Amino acid sequence: MTTMTDSPVGTPPESFRLSMLLNDTRYRSLTFQFIALVAIIAFMAFVGGNLVRNLAEAGLNISYAFLGEPAGYDINQRPIEYDSQSSHGRAAIVGLLNTLIVAFLACITATVFGVVAGVLRLSNNWIVRKLMSFYVEIFRNVPVLIWILIIFSIMINAMPGPRAFRGENATSSMLFDSFAFTNRGVFAPSPVFNTAFWVVAATFLLSLVAIYLFRANATKKLYSEGKLIPTFWPTLALLFLPTMAVMLIPANPLMGILFIAVCVLFVVGVYLAFTKIRELVPGDNLGGLVALIAAAGMGYIITSLIAPIIMAIGPALGAGPAVESIMTWNMPELKGFNFKGGLQIRGSLIALWFALAIYTGAFIAENVRAGILAISKGQTEAAGALGLRPNRIMNLVILPQALRVIIPPLISQYLNITKNSSLAIAVGYMDVTGTLGGITLLQTGRAIETILLLMLFYLTISLLISFFMNIFNNRMKLQER
Amino acid sequence: MSDAHAHSVAFVRETEIPPSPPPASQAGAIKWMRDNLFSGLFNSILTLLAIYFIYKLVAGAFPWFWNGVWDAESIRDCRDILAERGAETGACFAVLVDRWDHLMFGFKYPQTEYWRPTLAFVLLLFAAAPALFYKYVPRKFLLFTALYPFIAFWLIWGGSLWLPLAILVAIIATGFVFRMVEGLDVNIRSILAAIVGLVAGIGLAYLLYQGAKELWFISNSVGSGSILTMLASFLFKAASVFMFVFFIPMGIFVGYAIYNDAEGGGLVTVVTALFALYLFVAYLVDPVAGAINAIIPIELQAVPSRDMGGYMLNMILGVVCVSLSLPLGIVLALGRQSNMPLIKGVCVVFIEFIRGVPLITLLFVANVMLAYFMPPETNFDLILRVIIMITMFSSAYIAEVIRGGLAALPKGQYEAADSLGLNYTQATRLIILPQALKISIPGIVNIAVGLFKDTTLVSVISMFDIVGMIRGPIQQSTDWISIYWEVYLFASMVFFVVCYSISQYSQWLERQLRTDHH
Repeated sequence: MTTMTDSPVGTPPESFRLSMLLNDTRYRSLTFQFIALVAIIAFMAFVGGNLVRNLAEAGLNISYAFLGEPAGYDINQRPIEYDSQSSHGRAAIVGLLNTLIVAFLACITATVFGVVAGVLRLSNNWIVRKLMSFYVEIFRNVPVLIWILIIFSIMINAMPGPRAFRGENATSSMLFDSFAFTNRGVFAPSPVFNTAFWVVAATFLLSLVAIYLFRANATKKLYSEGKLIPTFWPTLALLFLPTMAVMLIPANPLMGILFIAVCVLFVVGVYLAFTKIRELVPGDNLGGLVALIAAAGMGYIITSLIAPIIMAIGPALGAGPAVESIMTWNMPELKGFNFKGGLQIRGSLIALWFALAIYTGAFIAENVRAGILAISKGQTEAAGALGLRPNRIMNLVILPQALRVIIPPLISQYLNITKNSSLAIAVGYMDVTGTLGGITLLQTGRAIETILLLMLFYLTISLLISFFMNIFNNRMKLQER
Repeated sequence: MSDAHAHSVAFVRETEIPPSPPPASQAGAIKWMRDNLFSGLFNSILTLLAIYFIYKLVAGAFPWFWNGVWDAESIRDCRDILAERGAETGACFAVLVDRWDHLMFGFKYPQTEYWRPTLAFVLLLFAAAPALFYKYVPRKFLLFTALYPFIAFWLIWGGSLWLPLAILVAIIATGFVFRMVEGLDVNIRSILAAIVGLVAGIGLAYLLYQGAKELWFISNSVGSGSILTMLASFLFKAASVFMFVFFIPMGIFVGYAIYNDAEGGGLVTVVTALFALYLFVAYLVDPVAGAINAIIPIELQAVPSRDMGGYMLNMILGVVCVSLSLPLGIVLALGRQSNMPLIKGVCVVFIEFIRGVPLITLLFVANVMLAYFMPPETNFDLILRVIIMITMFSSAYIAEVIRGGLAALPKGQYEAADSLGLNYTQATRLIILPQALKISIPGIVNIAVGLFKDTTLVSVISMFDIVGMIRGPIQQSTDWISIYWEVYLFASMVFFVVCYSISQYSQWLERQLRTDHH
């Protein structure tokens, strides 16, 4: 003991024995970590050494110079300029954008499917409930690859070829003369934006900001002064009126103003009809139905009375309808053996999109159901006892709590969609796995570089999404004392 | 009372009226329908829509099923038969009959040997039963479960019986060595500790020496083209020198520490047993099995891995990878919970990396990249590489599920285990894991089901699992060109049956394991 206390600082106490490296819990973890470190370094050295030897033997080296070389292959879906003379790097970027496109579309669609199915699974309607369980179980328990292939096969085999649209006795016709469903994909009109469009779009965004500010202000007023400001109708007005004004007035002032006036009249008329009749007719379902029909009738009367007047005045004052100048539509047309022009949504994109959406939707449905079930019935009853109306109970009490349960798994489902979109390679959709990990790999033979880049890309997306999810989780966390 | 009223009131009922049946609208099917199908305007619309949808579905699918042709040579043949019958639509289920073997076993597995994978599958059910229904099946049947991997390996891959048997014997012998060392006298144990310490020290030092040499080799081959490569080369050199001068003595120290460990903790026993296992497997198994086989040859026709295919391949991959990834996942989860920063860091990086990339890229790694990381001349077959990558993939996910279970345990459980004086291994094995695993069962089952579905992805790297068989040999044959509904429906069905049963089992097990209020 004395030696220990007397020993100068910095030198180990004499009582340290080597066996303490194993037997003393203070040092044992160091020993284990040391062994682990050695094992890791040895493993890395082993793997790295093999890599170097194998590469030398095959006469290869690690180099990313191929990214700048001409790719020499075509990509059938090009969100940005690309031709076969563009570089491998650009091909990878095109693929990356294609991945993001299909992931984005599938995420939105899957959310819609999932929320609808999840809510309907809790419905008190027996047949709907069973139907939704059927949907969830069928789609959850079959590999997504099979779904992708099934939908792709349907797109290829069951849809008519472009030839079927030709001639006098065509067996197929275009929907609304603008959509063609063929075995080469769906052809739809694509918008061509004029300068005016961007002004309109900016106005629309600004009005969204205005709505947000207005509602935030209303909430603040409610909490600070106890004033309940109506938000629904102002929101609706803010949403449509400025945009419509910008869209219509510059091109044809009188026509525009008249049109807006009709719209306002229409909305106000329908609203009044609905509320008045709602008060007159008792009963929940019947009253609602009658009011709805009456409101629709009112709307019809207003429009049919005023529209002819505008139609008569309008052309007298200015030429042509006003809306055309915002954007024009590029219509698909049958030329030669295929449709030309417009937007071509390929069968592979549709197969991937819908298969991912339906498959993941089944999982999201389960998350949504679990989230709603997680909120105990007492919450609804307590809110009701406080005198809240049903839609307020939903908005203020149930949803905020349920979302806290639903959103984390929802985000991880979005991650799954992004990762599963790499199955595009099975149907020939040119996502990043198809370009960088597919054709580029085959053409250049640079397996290590391409696969590392591919992994890096997916890893970046995953880590970014988890990062935002953590921020979100921290913000949504219950504020406990 | 009643007497008094008998005079004043005209009529007093003395018996109860028999209960009358509820009104027709409040009983039976009508009430049920009013409650469950037409309880409001919205609900009624939904019901009608649902009925219409079901009607369309059945009206579309039923004639197709009903007219199904089960006996035809090719798709043209099948269409002819349908036309003869005058049916508008009809399925060609004949493809399933015609290509049943392909769908189930792939197109290379020898036809005369189909009984082997079938038997292995049937035995799988028996082997799984004691583990799945442990309350209802006697414990001694678990012995068969333990033997099953060897039996299945021999049945599916064939070859000499003695090889799997010898490996089994080696593992059992290792167990005996473990027991023996555990029960040894302290004096002998200290001698053993000395030997183990010596061997471990030398081994560690040798490993480090090799590693340092390898690092030096890498540093030389990086080249000196640019500043970046020069920097990399310098770093490798520095690491190599560091290992040489610092780690090799450290390795010897650790060996010396084990040597000093005269009390002989568990470590000596474990290291001895592992050492024995290595000796058995590396030097004894092959020659002994070969020698016995020369005397008493018991052999099945050997089938190479690349001949596996069809649904059998999905089953093999699914079962093998799930069983391998469970222990690995437990280790990773414990590592991630560990308070040793290095171990924790390694586990976190591994788990997050694997979870961040799609399985398909890992399969690409197995297909084209893994060979670069192996010593030249090693020849792993593709199925083994795929098993490695899928196991890594699912173990990362299972680790996260188990981590959730570990985190859900109240802290008091850890503290209680500590206060009982249990060491880490005992506490983990006896207190922590049983509870944590119980919590994580639903998650693990989800991962297992997901993994089994993901085995279809191997078709992308040109392996012929059931989807690969459909897309390749069946859809591209002249007989069954571009047939899709029938085959894909069949594939969906076989997956649905397995996945749905597993998820039902997991729900049942959850109810069984519930220890709170029944």
